[in-house]
Amino acid sequence: MKEDKHVLSMLVDNEPGVLSRIAGLFSGRGYNIESLCVAETMAPQVSRLTIVTKGNEPIIEQIKKQLNKLINVIKVFEMTGQDYVQLELALIKIYAKPENRAEILRIADIFKCKVVDVGQEYYTVEVTGDEGKLSALLNLLKPIGIKEIARTGIVALFREAK
Amino acid sequence: MELTGAQILIEMLKSEGVDTIFGYPGGVVLEIYDELSKTDIRHILVRHEQGAVHAADGYARAGGRTGVCLVTSGPGATNTVTGIASAYCDSIPVVVFTGQVPTHLIGNDAFQEVDIVGITRPCTKHNFLVKHTEDLPRIIREAFYIARSGRPGPVLVDLPKDVGSKKIKFEMPGEVKLRSYNPTYNPNIRQLNKVMELVEKAERPMIFAGGGVILSKGSKELTEFARKTQIPVTTSLMGLGAFPGSDPLWLGMIGMHGTFRANMATGACDLMIAVGVRFDDRVTGKTDAFASHAKIVHIDIDPTSIRKNIPVTIPVVGDCRLALENLSRLADEANFGDLQKKRKPWLDQIVDWKSMRPLDYQQDRSGPIKPQYVLEKLYELTKGEAIITTEVGQNQMWTAQYYHFEKPNRFITSGGLGCMGFGLPAAIGAQIACPDQLVVDVAGDGSIQMNIQEMATAVQHNLPVKIVILNNGYLGMVRQWQELFYGRRYSHTCMSCAPDFVKLAQAYGAVGLRATQPSEVVPVLKEGLFSSETVIMDFRVASEEGVYPMVPAGAPITEMLLV
Ligand SMILES: Cc1ncc(C[n+]2csc(CCOP(=O)(O)OP(=O)(O)O)c2C)c(N)n1
Ligand SMILES: [Mg+2]
Repeated sequence: MKEDKHVLSMLVDNEPGVLSRIAGLFSGRGYNIESLCVAETMAPQVSRLTIVTKGNEPIIEQIKKQLNKLINVIKVFEMTGQDYVQLELALIKIYAKPENRAEILRIADIFKCKVVDVGQEYYTVEVTGDEGKLSALLNLLKPIGIKEIARTGIVALFREAK
Repeated sequence: MELTGAQILIEMLKSEGVDTIFGYPGGVVLEIYDELSKTDIRHILVRHEQGAVHAADGYARAGGRTGVCLVTSGPGATNTVTGIASAYCDSIPVVVFTGQVPTHLIGNDAFQEVDIVGITRPCTKHNFLVKHTEDLPRIIREAFYIARSGRPGPVLVDLPKDVGSKKIKFEMPGEVKLRSYNPTYNPNIRQLNKVMELVEKAERPMIFAGGGVILSKGSKELTEFARKTQIPVTTSLMGLGAFPGSDPLWLGMIGMHGTFRANMATGACDLMIAVGVRFDDRVTGKTDAFASHAKIVHIDIDPTSIRKNIPVTIPVVGDCRLALENLSRLADEANFGDLQKKRKPWLDQIVDWKSMRPLDYQQDRSGPIKPQYVLEKLYELTKGEAIITTEVGQNQMWTAQYYHFEKPNRFITSGGLGCMGFGLPAAIGAQIACPDQLVVDVAGDGSIQMNIQEMATAVQHNLPVKIVILNNGYLGMVRQWQELFYGRRYSHTCMSCAPDFVKLAQAYGAVGLRATQPSEVVPVLKEGLFSSETVIMDFRVASEEGVYPMVPAGAPITEMLLV
C-alpha cells in the first residue's frame, strides 16, 4: 500500500506531559514523525500541535484514532486532502565566499528571504514557505554550501470559504 | 471545611463508594495511612505491590467494580507496573494511588523518587501527577470516571507528600465533564440494520465474543441474540463465561489453543459477528487466512480496536451490551424463514467437527495424573460454579478448555499480558469481592512461585482461596514449544528444584494437600475445596503433557496440531 505524507493538526490540553504522551504514542507504536510543531493557541489552556507523518491509509486511520483516544487530545484534524494553508520557517546558514555573496543575495531576493545575520564567512537567511518552496531554495543553495539549517516543521490551518 | 490532602483522598474514596483498598505503606504515604486508620475503609495489606494491583484487578472483575490500590513512592510504585500493564491489556478498571516525593524535590533524584507517571504512561488509560492540593478532588473524580467508563482501564494518580499534608478548604466536586473524552455508548442504528441484513442472508454465521461483552455486562443479551438467531458462539480467552458453556450453540474457545470446531468454523463461516474483541494474534494466527470467506462485523466501544488487525465489512462503535440488545430486538422483526431448517446444515457440520476431534486426553488408572483430569474433576465437583483464576501457561489453557463456564465474571486470567504470578493475588481480590463464593486459583508450579508471598495475605485475612497446582516440574508451556519447535532441547525450563508445596502451605498457616495417583485426585479436591481454610493442593501431574489443539504461531488457525 502507498505511504503518503499526511498533515495532522490537533488541539490538545496545554499541560505538562501531553507532548510526551503524543511522542510516546508514535514511538511506542512505530509510527513515524516527519515534523512536529507545538505552541499555545489563543486559549492559554489549549495548544495546537501539527504533525507531519507518513503511512498507508490504515496506518493513518489508526494514528488518528489512537490520538483521539488520548485523554488530553481535544480534537484531531486531518489536513491532507483538504483545502489548507501550510507554512514552515527555516534559518539557513550559508558559506558566503566573496565571489558567492551577490548570488546568495539574488537568490534570497527571488525567494523573498530575509538576511538575518551577516558574518565574516557566513550569511544566515530566514525563509518561510511551503515544502515546495523550501526544497527549491535548498536545492539552489546547496552547491554554494550550506553550513547549518534549523527548520520549524510545518504549521497549517484550514482555508475559509471564499 | 478545611481538610488535608490525605483527608480529602479519604473523603473522595468514600464518595466513590470505595470500601476496600489493596496496599502497602511507606515513607511518603504515612500521612494517608494515618488517616486511613481512622476510617472503616478495609485495607488489605499485601506482601508485594504487584500483588496489590493483581488483587485489585481480581476484585474488579469478580465484583464488577473498580479496584483501588495505594502504595508508596519509588520501589513501591515501580512494583505496581506489571500489575498495571496486565490490567491495561485486559481493560480492567483499577485506580492506583502512588506516593511521590514532595513537589519541591521532584526532579532532584530524591530518595525513593521515580517518574512513575512517565514510566506508566504507555500502560495506563491515563495518569495524573497532582501538583496542588486544590486539584486533588477533581483529579480523583476524573480518575475513577476514566477508569470505569468507555473501554475501562487502569488509571494512576501520583501524590506528592506535601500535596497530602497541605490543608485547604474542601468542596465535593460535581460530576465529571471532559471535553476531550466522551466514549460513544449508543451504536449507530443504521449500522445495526446493515448488520441485520447480513444476518438474514448468512448461511454459516458465527459470533465471536470477547472480554468487551463481559465488561459491558452484555452476556444475557449475547445469549438471547444467539439463541434467537441460532448462531453458534465462540469466545476469546477473555470472553469465556460470556456465553454458557453448556449451550448447544457453544463452540468452545477460538485461537491458538481453541477447539477444533471453533477454529474450523472460523475458516468456513460466511459471516462473523465479532463483539468486544480486538483480534489478538493469539486468536487470529495468520491474519490473511482468518475468517477469509466471511464478511466481518466488528462491534466495540474502542474505535482503535476496529480495523487495527483485520479488515471489517461493518464497523459498529458502541457499547457491546447496547449493540446486542438492539440486534436482538431487530432479530424479532427479521425474516429468517424456517430458521431450524436453514441452520441445520451448518449446525450439523459443527457437530461433526466436534465428534471428529473433541478435546481429548487419556487418563490411565496407573498414572500419572493427567492435568486435564484434575480440571475435569474440578469442574464436576464445583458444577462450573466456582470463580476460577489462573496463572499463565499450560495450566491456564487447560482451564480454558476443560472448565466450562456458565456465567460471566467467573474466569479471571491475565489474558493480554499473560502475566505469571497473577492468579493467587487475583484470587485474593476475587474472594474479597465475593466472600461467599468458592474461589480457586489454577496454578503452575512455576507461576505460583512468582507471587507465593501472597499466601500470607490470604491467611492473614482468613480468605479461604484454594490453590490447585498442576505440578509438572516444568515451565510447561515453554517446554511444549521447545518440544515442538526446538528439537526437544529443554533449555532452562526444568524446575527441578521447587519447594515442598504442602510444607510451604503449612509454613504459611494454610492447609497443604498432595495427590500423586489418579485415585487421589477426587479425594484431595473434595477435602481441599470444601475446607474453610486457605488450601494448597499439589497435584503431581504428567510432566510432558501438551496442550492441544495447538496452532503454531503465525499459522492459519485451521491448521492445528492435534493429539
Ligand atoms: C512473568 C512472566 N515471565 C515469563 C513468562 C513466559 N512463560 C509463559 S508460560 C511459562 C511457563 C509457566 O510455567 P508454569 O507456571 O509451571 O505453568 P505450566 O505451563 O507448566 O502449566 C513461562 C515461563 C510469562 N508468561 N510471564
Ligand atoms: Mg509447570
